Amino acid sequence: MANAVTSVAEPATPVSTPTDTVIHVEDVHKYYELGANRVHALRGVTLDILRGEFVAVMGASGSGKSTFMNILGCLDQPSSGRYFLEGTDVSTLNKKQLAAIRNQKIGFVFQGFNLLARTTALENTELPAFYARVSQQERLRRAKAALEMVGLGERMDHFPSQLSGGQQQRVAIARALVNQPAILLADEPTGNLDSRTSVEVMEIFQRLNNERGLTIVLVTHELDIANFAKRAIVFRDGKIKKDDLIANRAIAEKVLKTMPVLED
Amino acid sequence: MEEIIATIRLALRALARNKMRSTLTMLGIIIGVGAVIAMVALGQGAQEQVQQQIAAMGSNMLFVGSGSMNKGGLRMGWGNTQTLVMDDVQAIMRECPAVALAAPGTGTGAQVVFGNDNWGTRINGTAPQYFEIREWAFSEGTPFTQDDVTQAANVAVVGETVRKNLFGAVEPVGQTIRINNLPFKVVGVLIPKGQSAAMGDDQDDTIIIPITTLQKKITGQNWLRYISVSAKSKSASYAAQQQIEALLRDRHKIRPGQDDDFGVRNLADLAGAADAAGSVLTLLLAIVASISLLVGGIGIMNIMLVSVTERTREIGIRMAIGATESDVHRQFLIEAITLSFIGGAIGILLGLLSTFLIPRILGWAVSVSMVALVGAVVFSILVGVFFGFYPARKAARLNPIEALRYE
Repeated sequence: MANAVTSVAEPATPVSTPTDTVIHVEDVHKYYELGANRVHALRGVTLDILRGEFVAVMGASGSGKSTFMNILGCLDQPSSGRYFLEGTDVSTLNKKQLAAIRNQKIGFVFQGFNLLARTTALENTELPAFYARVSQQERLRRAKAALEMVGLGERMDHFPSQLSGGQQQRVAIARALVNQPAILLADEPTGNLDSRTSVEVMEIFQRLNNERGLTIVLVTHELDIANFAKRAIVFRDGKIKKDDLIANRAIAEKVLKTMPVLED
Repeated sequence: MEEIIATIRLALRALARNKMRSTLTMLGIIIGVGAVIAMVALGQGAQEQVQQQIAAMGSNMLFVGSGSMNKGGLRMGWGNTQTLVMDDVQAIMRECPAVALAAPGTGTGAQVVFGNDNWGTRINGTAPQYFEIREWAFSEGTPFTQDDVTQAANVAVVGETVRKNLFGAVEPVGQTIRINNLPFKVVGVLIPKGQSAAMGDDQDDTIIIPITTLQKKITGQNWLRYISVSAKSKSASYAAQQQIEALLRDRHKIRPGQDDDFGVRNLADLAGAADAAGSVLTLLLAIVASISLLVGGIGIMNIMLVSVTERTREIGIRMAIGATESDVHRQFLIEAITLSFIGGAIGILLGLLSTFLIPRILGWAVSVSMVALVGAVVFSILVGVFFGFYPARKAARLNPIEALRYE
């Protein structure tokens, strides 16, 4: 437990971390009080993620990976330990500051897409920019650019109910990118998609990662999806069990060519 | 500002998503605001009508009545002393500086005959100043003159009710009527004044003749039942009242501590009392209507709470992508205010429509005040703020993780 000792010894003021370290997690614990029981969801997690990494987070349910993702996404805060996001100690921020961090530095992609119903693709996409107080003109410009990047330039005025699952997930990706975040957090993004659409989403992720150097953290329980990442972290019992680089990484563009296009 | 407009647009879209529900929720506010406007207009209309009636009696008018008398322990009620006399009228004119005019008055009931028709009415004896004091104009003819009073001439002025019942289509001026078998020449017809606000009796059901004629030829009494007085101005009416009271106590030799044998009534008092009663009425109507506005507000709160629960996931999404608590709070608060404001605006139209229809259908007087209109709008917005606050706070305090997990 050498890490725990050093973290206690460190000064309370935010430590400036090297700029290429996007995420720096230091001995993070998380407890939940459930009635009289105390659930220890994270039991000392220490991790660094550098800019441009593509990390797959895996683990069975109850392994602590969801709790960890909530903390990474600034939706939750650690019970103890520290979390630096681009050098900012996020574990000490209040709710309003956390909302600003989520807005500016984190792009979320969820399993259930989580688009606003009866709201067009364009309006869904510009929403984070709206909360960032970006002017309407700039908002529209950014949202259009983001939608074009995920290949939905032709469907900006469609409502989610008029889009397929894959298209909805691409709107969600465009929305996640509209404020140019530091990291993209994807929580089971392919869980509701068929296998070809899943690979299509992975193709977008790999493109964003390669071309823009976007840092991506992808939570998944499917090994073949995790194979599209560069590094895999496995959680078990609230701790990191394995943390390896992926040797035979799958390239989505190539995989797509081997898959038949499904016809109805 | 752009942000507020965008939030209002968002609210309108959210409300449009559930048109039936939004309309029903608004209905509470619509009825509430409409009721407040209609009720206040009715109350103020009634108040103004009463004030007009009082003003119609003569705005600076005072009324001196002969008093009660104590006959060996038997108290006789108003109008029973015989101490109020013509000399008192002259003394009031001479010695009370706040008084402009004074006219003696007494009356009796009599059956009046014209041709084959007859009509029982009240015969009032007075002087020509009486018409000035009461600000009572003539529809036909003229008042009788001071000479008629001096000579105790047999001339008469008739009220509108008497004209209708006795003359019908005949032109009254120049005709001769018989009162107690005495012939009287009709010289004038008074314009109708309607019911008196103070007494509620028909002021037009009267025949007015010179007081001397009444006293000498009909009643045989030389005392007065009342003196009508006009003060020099509305503000002088209290001074006039005090001067008359002091003068008459002196003239009637009433010792300190002894009761007056006369009574002075001031129309300004009457107007004040009627005004106070009218204000209470208006307030009462407004309160009853406000209760419906309150119920409407509770309806808004109810629907907003349902809406927050239904849209938990939406709130979670908004929070995850960076909406702060105050963003979410503002969104739901503006939604509630939009709901109540639109309801209020429709309610105003409904209220105005009812103030247009009530006088035409029911014949009641209404008076629409700008204060009530502005007040209703402001109040409906406040209802939105007040009843939207709790649901908005509930939305803002949701935990984003749990809200995102909500199905």
